[in-house]
Amino acid sequence: MNRLLSSEFLYNYRRNLPAIFGSALLVIFGLMALVGPLLVSQNPYDVSQLELMDSFKPPAWLEGGDSRYLLGTDGQGRDVLALIVYGARISAFIGLTAMAFSCVIGTTLGLLSGYYSGTLDSIIMRIADIQLSFPSMLIALFLMSAFGTGIVMVLIALTAVGWVVYARTVRGSTLSEIQKEYIQAARVAGLGNFQIIIRHVLPNVMTPLIVVSTIQVGTFILIEASLSFLGVGVPITEPSLGLLVKEGFDVLFSGIWWTSAFPGLFIMFLVFGINLFGDFLRDELNPRLR
Amino acid sequence: MNETLLDIRGLKTHFHTFGGLVKAVDGVSFDVKRGEVVGLVGESGGGKSVIGFSILRLIDPPGRIEAGEIVFDGEDLIRKTEDELRAVRGGEIAMVFQDPMTSLNPVYTIGRQMDEMLKLHTDLDEPARRARCIRMLEDVGISEAESRLDAYPHQFSGGMRQRVVIAIALLAGSRLIIADEPTTALDVTVQSQILKLMRRQISERGAAMILVTHDLAVVSEMADRVVVLYCGKVVERGRTEDVIAHPAHPYTRGLLDSIPRITDRQHRLRQIPGTVPDIRKLGKGCSFRERCFRAQPLCAEQAPKLAPVRHSLDAACHFPLEESEA
Repeated sequence: MNRLLSSEFLYNYRRNLPAIFGSALLVIFGLMALVGPLLVSQNPYDVSQLELMDSFKPPAWLEGGDSRYLLGTDGQGRDVLALIVYGARISAFIGLTAMAFSCVIGTTLGLLSGYYSGTLDSIIMRIADIQLSFPSMLIALFLMSAFGTGIVMVLIALTAVGWVVYARTVRGSTLSEIQKEYIQAARVAGLGNFQIIIRHVLPNVMTPLIVVSTIQVGTFILIEASLSFLGVGVPITEPSLGLLVKEGFDVLFSGIWWTSAFPGLFIMFLVFGINLFGDFLRDELNPRLR
Repeated sequence: MNETLLDIRGLKTHFHTFGGLVKAVDGVSFDVKRGEVVGLVGESGGGKSVIGFSILRLIDPPGRIEAGEIVFDGEDLIRKTEDELRAVRGGEIAMVFQDPMTSLNPVYTIGRQMDEMLKLHTDLDEPARRARCIRMLEDVGISEAESRLDAYPHQFSGGMRQRVVIAIALLAGSRLIIADEPTTALDVTVQSQILKLMRRQISERGAAMILVTHDLAVVSEMADRVVVLYCGKVVERGRTEDVIAHPAHPYTRGLLDSIPRITDRQHRLRQIPGTVPDIRKLGKGCSFRERCFRAQPLCAEQAPKLAPVRHSLDAACHFPLEESEA
């Protein structure tokens, strides 16, 4: 981590506008998800706080808008901004958790695959190849329709889709690391395979992992949004951003555009910010691109 | 002092590859006495490094140790279990590698990498381990050792790193150091410093060393005895001064002739004709015969056995060079 925080990293960061823009977006959205519920006027899931009279209010700056509801309200009088804040928490939670799960599983399999090679490697990598030949959306959709919906199922589906990227990345890095003499030196020093993998190989394959993880969070948020939009994602009681878009979509053609447009825009900027920052990390941490 | 520390008898390490059986080490025997430096010499692909890894039983498939005994301090390493071997590796026998740029883990400070070795092989507590690391760094000529412990490998130059690698190898008090081309990746100016350092550290500690190298100049400076390998077999072995001054095997002669000498600059450098043959397709007979200036029909018929030629010198040749010829 010391090298990560070295001054050269900060130096390049300060000169990279997209990276600053991307990370600024992430910081704003992060704060929003963390402390947003304290700032918005209502908890959209507490029925007692809802005013049915206020349903389908347009955004505050339009005719008929209400200053209490900056981005308007939906059919049940819920504040769209409040919905987004709460929805962003669910989306971010799903994106980050799925990233953590697939990172742990994928990295483990990738390390084993690269370190031991042979039969184990062939089995793991053929499964990965087969999986990569299907669109990840299709696999997630299949799993969700076969085994049911809900946050846990979404996480399982995303992990099942996402581990492959980690496994392949880590395997590749592992293969090149174990050629190096310090791994031989560790064996010669009398370390066991497990210790060598954990203490010597893993820290040296971390850099690409950081990059992959950033991009994966964005991908997961998008897949989850798509699943929820198609109605096989999270339940209505815990609506993510994707589900909000879907809900609003039903009334979109009645001229009530704000209930789906704002959550949709929010997803776009969130993933955009993640990708901008991820690209910066990739360029910065990949020695070959320097 | 003359007690045998390591005795390798009839070691055969073969690689079962798709292209055929590679007999990388094919019936090699030699011994190392306490406090002695033995040079293993030969061209690339001659099986030098494989011998080093065979001693530590770190041969990965498709390689396998097929036969032989590796008796270290009276115990046969071939018969030891993996757990027993892990105490030997780094503890009793340590290794120094060729490329100091990659033989240290880039993500850990050198202090931590040294400490790892001591944790594995000694019962010392933390302050004692640290003190020992500092003393060892000083011994290998690194100044301000205490602050250097917290430096990362990339903050060191190649020569400094090799000093660190040597320090790590000596740290746990190993009695045998296997140095695999320890100076090949270094600048010529640094090479002799490192060699002198290794020589001194080893004799001070009474440890023995196997020096694997293709460089006869390094061997003549460092080794007490030399083992010359060709295509996985010992072709000549003996005291360094005898081998360098009067080699009995034409291959050793060829190796010596291909060292440039400043004194006779008008002569073209003599080289050994041809290249190392495909080790998978060696027939019967001597593997060196096609490149040998003394080859006779007999050489194609029958592989020569290692036999005493004179003094301390053994050679595997039907027509060894006389002392006066060499």
